[in-house]
Amino acid sequence: MSFIRRLGVTAVAMAALAGPAMAEDITIGIRSEPSSMDPYFHNLGPNNAMIGHVFARLVDFDSNQQLFPSIAESYKAIDDTTWEFKLRQGVKFHDGTDLTVDDVIYSFERADGYTGGNSSFRIYTKGKTLTKIDDHTLHISTEKPYPLMPNDLTTVMIMSSEAKGTGAPDTNKGIEASDFNDGTATMGSGPYKFVEWKKGDRIVLEKYEDYVGPLSQPWDKVTFRFIPSEPARVAALLAGDVDMIDNVPTSDIATLQKNKDVSLSDGVSNRVIYLHLDQWRDNSPFVTDKDGNPLDKNPLKDARVRKAISMMINRPAIVERVMEGVALPAGQLLPDGFFGRSPNLKPEKYDVAGAKKLLAEAGYPDGFGLTIHGPNDRYINDAKIAEAIGQLLSAAGIPTKVVTMPKNVYFSRASKGADGKPEFSFVLVGWGSGTGEASSPLKSLLATHDPDKGWGASNRGRHTDPKVDALIGEALATVDDAKRGQLLAEATDIAIGENQGIIPLHYQVNTWATRAGLTYNSRTDERTLAYDLKPAN
Amino acid sequence: MTVFIIRRLMQAALVVLIMSFLVFSGVFLVGDPTEILVADDADQAERAAVIESLGLDKPFHIQYLRFLTKAAEGDLGESFVFNEPALQLILDRLPATMELAIAALLISIVFGIPLGVIAGLKPDAVYSKFIMTGSILGFSLPTFWVGIMLILLFSVQLGWLPSTGRGDEIHYVFGFPTSLLTLDGWSHVLLPAVNLALFKLSAVTRLARAGTREVVHQDYVKFARAKGLTDQRVIFVHVLKNILIPVVTVLGLEFGGLVAFSVVTETIFAWPGIGKLLIDSIGLLDRPVIVAYLMIIVLLFVFLNLMVDICYSLLDPRVRLQDIKA
Repeated sequence: MSFIRRLGVTAVAMAALAGPAMAEDITIGIRSEPSSMDPYFHNLGPNNAMIGHVFARLVDFDSNQQLFPSIAESYKAIDDTTWEFKLRQGVKFHDGTDLTVDDVIYSFERADGYTGGNSSFRIYTKGKTLTKIDDHTLHISTEKPYPLMPNDLTTVMIMSSEAKGTGAPDTNKGIEASDFNDGTATMGSGPYKFVEWKKGDRIVLEKYEDYVGPLSQPWDKVTFRFIPSEPARVAALLAGDVDMIDNVPTSDIATLQKNKDVSLSDGVSNRVIYLHLDQWRDNSPFVTDKDGNPLDKNPLKDARVRKAISMMINRPAIVERVMEGVALPAGQLLPDGFFGRSPNLKPEKYDVAGAKKLLAEAGYPDGFGLTIHGPNDRYINDAKIAEAIGQLLSAAGIPTKVVTMPKNVYFSRASKGADGKPEFSFVLVGWGSGTGEASSPLKSLLATHDPDKGWGASNRGRHTDPKVDALIGEALATVDDAKRGQLLAEATDIAIGENQGIIPLHYQVNTWATRAGLTYNSRTDERTLAYDLKPAN
Repeated sequence: MTVFIIRRLMQAALVVLIMSFLVFSGVFLVGDPTEILVADDADQAERAAVIESLGLDKPFHIQYLRFLTKAAEGDLGESFVFNEPALQLILDRLPATMELAIAALLISIVFGIPLGVIAGLKPDAVYSKFIMTGSILGFSLPTFWVGIMLILLFSVQLGWLPSTGRGDEIHYVFGFPTSLLTLDGWSHVLLPAVNLALFKLSAVTRLARAGTREVVHQDYVKFARAKGLTDQRVIFVHVLKNILIPVVTVLGLEFGGLVAFSVVTETIFAWPGIGKLLIDSIGLLDRPVIVAYLMIIVLLFVFLNLMVDICYSLLDPRVRLQDIKA
C-alpha cells in the first residue's frame, strides 16, 4: 500500500522537478544490531557490515569475496616480504580532510594496540610493519613471506587521524567506543556518512557527496532498523515499512516467492555447518554402549567410524526437508568458487549399508550409543538439523540422543567445559570464512590445537595430523597463488577426505527479500550493505 | 508513616543486595560470554586477552567484590557488549518502555473499567457474556501470537498502522523524552500498547465486574436508589468510587509487571525499550546489564508497592499505614 503511495508521490515530484535527481531514501530491516560504531572494538559480522558504510578499507571484498582495491588504487608484492599499496588520489574523510598514508598507519596502530573490546583486529595486524614512502605510497612488510596480505587488509577500516583531537598516547588514542556511537569520532572516507544511532531502534546514514572510490552510492539516505523477531521482520517488509530485510526465515520463503510485491535474492554463504567428533580422549563422556554404559575405548578415534557416521547422514534430505531447499550439501570447508578448495571432495553419499560395513570393519558391528550437542539459536534451523541427525544415526544403528541448548550456554561448554577442555563428544557447529579462502578454517578447525601458535582455536574435536599442519604452514608462507591453492586443497583432502577430521553437512544459503522494483546482490559474507541494494533496472 | 517508609526502603536495599548476588552468580555459572562475543577466527591469545579485559579471569568472589565496591560508588559496571556504562544503557532505553507501559495502562483503565461495570450491572445480558468471553481470550491467548496477528491485520492487510518501531520525533516533557506528542508517535505505540495491555485489560474488566456485582447489592446503593438519584449518579459516584480500591491495588502492582515483562511485546514490535535490551543481554550473557536491569526493576517494584499503599490509604480512609511488627 504505502509503496504504491510512495511511487505516486515520487512520480508527481519527478514531474514537478523535471531534471535534478530525486532524493532516494531507503529503509532496511536487519536482524542484528552492531555492538559499536568503533571500527576496531569488535570484529563481528554486523559491525563490519555497518561500519564499512562509513569507513572504507584499503582492499575490499565484492559480493563473492573476491578482492578489489578500495582506498588503495593498486597493490602488489614487490618482494617476498614486502607489499606496496598505492592510495587513490583525492580520497577525503567526511570532514573534508585528505586521506593519506599517515591515516592508514594511525588506523593500524589503533587497531593493533586496542585494549578492551570484544575481539580486536590484532590477528590481522600483528607481524606487519608499515612504512610511509610518500603520502600515497605505503609499504607493508612481514618477517616471513605472507600471501594473505590483501585478504587481511579487507578487515582493518581506515579512520581519520584527526577525528578527535590529536589522540592521546594510550593505545586507543584517547578515543572511546562511545565517541564513535554518538558521531564525534565517526569520521571515515566511505560512501556514507554517519548521522545517528538510536540504540535498539535504528542507525541512519547519509550519502557522502565527495566520496572517491569504487563503491556505488545508490541511495541518499539509508535507515537501518533493527528487527530481531523473524515474523515481525517479514511483516515489516509486507507492510511497506522497510524496503528490504535480511535473514528471511526459511519457513517464509515459499510464501514470499508467490508474492508479486516482493522479490527474493539468495546466495550461498561462506558458512559451512559441520560436525566435530572427539578424536583425542580415550574415554569420551558422551560415547557409550547401546545401553548407556561407558565404553573402554573411544570409537570416534577411528577414522573409519567417523566416515561411517558421515555416510549415515542423508544430506539431500536434510537440505530438502529441514532447510526447505535453502542450503547446499557440503563435502568440505567452502562452497564452489572459493580459493583453496579441493577439486576431489564431494558431499558424502548416503549409504547406510556401506556405513554398517565400515563399522563392522572397525570392530563395532552392533554400533554404539552417542549424544549430539548443538545450539538452538545460532545457525539457521540448528536444533532441527541436530534432531534430524539424531534420527538418521539412530535408524542406521547408532542410537543417538539429541541435546540442544541456547548459544550462550552451548559455546562455552563446547569449547571449554569445567576442566578447560571441550565438554562434548559430538557437536554441531558452523564456520564462516572471514578471509574468503580455505586457510582460515583449516587453521582454526583442523590444525593441531596449539595455544602458543594460535592454531586450532576452534578445533573442538582436537583433530591432529602433522601432515596437515605442515601443509597449512607451507601454504601460509607461499606467495604464489596457484601453488598455495594446491597446498590448501591437499591439506583439505587429507584432513577431511582421509581423516574425516570434521563431517561437513551443508553450506548455509542466505536470503534477502526486497520490495518489488529493487534487487539485492546476495553476498557470501552474509553482510547486508545498502550499496549492494539497487533499483531493478 | 515516615517510619513505615524508611523501614520499607531498608528492606528494599536488602532485597537488592540479595538479588544482585543471585543474578551475579547465576550468570557466572551459565558460562563465559567471550565464547559468543569473540570473532570466529580469533586465536587463543586473543580470546585470553578479551577474558582478561572483561575481568573474567578472576575467581568469582573477587569479581563479585569488585562489582559491589564499584556499585557502592554508583557504578554498575560497563556492558560487555557495548563497552558503555550498563546503567546509562538502561536509563537511555527506560523512557521508551515507560511510554509503552503507560499507554498500555491507559488502555486497560479506559476500556477495562467501563466494560467491567457494564458487565457487572447487567450480568445476564448478551453483551455482558460477550465481554466476559472476550476477557477469557485476553487472559489465555499468548502475547507473541496476538502481537503477530495484530501486525498482520492492521499493518500488512489493512495498512493502517506501522508494523514495528517507535515514532521518529522525540519531544522532551519535563526532561523526559517521549514520542507521544505526535500523531506518528501514537500510531507507532498503538499496536504494541494494545498487545501489552490485553492481559491487564482482561484483569481490570474482571475486577471491575466482580466489584460492581458486589457493590450494587450494598445498602448504600439501594438507599441511593431509594432516594431517587439518577442511574448516572448512582453508578458514577457510588458504585465506581467503591470498586476502585481493588482496581488501583492491582493496577499499581501490575504496572511494575508491564515494565518488567514488556520483553515479548518489545521484541515482536522492535520497540527500543529495556525489555529488548534485556533479551539481547541475556542472549550474549552481558552480565553488567542483566544485573543492573534487575536491580532497577526490584527498586521499581518496591517503589510501586509503596505508592499503592499510600494511594490505598488515601482512597479508603479506614486504612492506616503501619508495619506488621515481627
